[in-house]
Amino acid sequence: MRLAILDHGHGIRTKAMFVLIRVFSGHPVVDAVKLALYRPSFYRAGGLTQEAMRGPSDWSVADRELMAAYISKMNETEFCVAAHTATSVLAYNDGAKVSATVADLETAPLGEPLRATLRMLGKLTRESNVDADDIRRVLAAGASEQQIKDALAVAFAFNVTDRLADVFDFAVDDPAAINAGAKYLLARGYR
Amino acid sequence: MSDITSLHSSLVARVLEGEGQASPEIRRTAFDNERLAEPVRTVVDKVAHRARMVTDADIGTLRKAGLSEDQIYEIVVCAAIGQATRQYQNALAALSAATGRN
Repeated sequence: MRLAILDHGHGIRTKAMFVLIRVFSGHPVVDAVKLALYRPSFYRAGGLTQEAMRGPSDWSVADRELMAAYISKMNETEFCVAAHTATSVLAYNDGAKVSATVADLETAPLGEPLRATLRMLGKLTRESNVDADDIRRVLAAGASEQQIKDALAVAFAFNVTDRLADVFDFAVDDPAAINAGAKYLLARGYR
Repeated sequence: MSDITSLHSSLVARVLEGEGQASPEIRRTAFDNERLAEPVRTVVDKVAHRARMVTDADIGTLRKAGLSEDQIYEIVVCAAIGQATRQYQNALAALSAATGRN
């Protein structure tokens, strides 16, 4: 972490919770959790991320975790690619599908509505701009207007999170810790 | 269906107008990525457009300019939320244009 306050600036109760997390999980507290619990009266995006990732949607939890991984791949944010690839793999119970999507969207074994949505999210993330024709292509592939809105909510959440992970220099955890984090995100979510 | 509209508005209001150590003016200009003086301008622009390229040295220039860690934290959060908000609003406008609905 580039700012010491994000490692050591939490209140006493939060620090005590970090000790409990270390003891009971057997893993260090991941940097995403340290950020989420630093001055929660200021940033506190967990509620928004929870709504985008776990709120009611025609996209499955696995689909939205795959969107998070794909957006993070476009941003080249290593921490978030690792975390959300692992969570999507668990949620789909299909590692090959997730690996193929992150490697090459065009040849991955995905339904066309999801592929077209990911393509649009990728352009939005890389270029900060999509136009009506980009959206029409997603609708023509079979995604609904509401599914597009739901996907844009995921993109907002991860275009914030990826930037913060990069600028604050989140450490990429070892695979066992990443998988423990993925299990936690599926069981408990983002709050 | 999921709806982040009100959660987004309250997040933006909190980081721009809530309690903080950076002034509301610098938080707003970091969010907008406009009207900033160096060295904050360069770092905020990197957060917005190439966050993975931010280095220890970039954060060091902000420290040398007299900003505290909490002020740097707030400026970075505002810059990240500002750019993601512009992306989000751009795409919602494209969706409205494609469907003919607001």
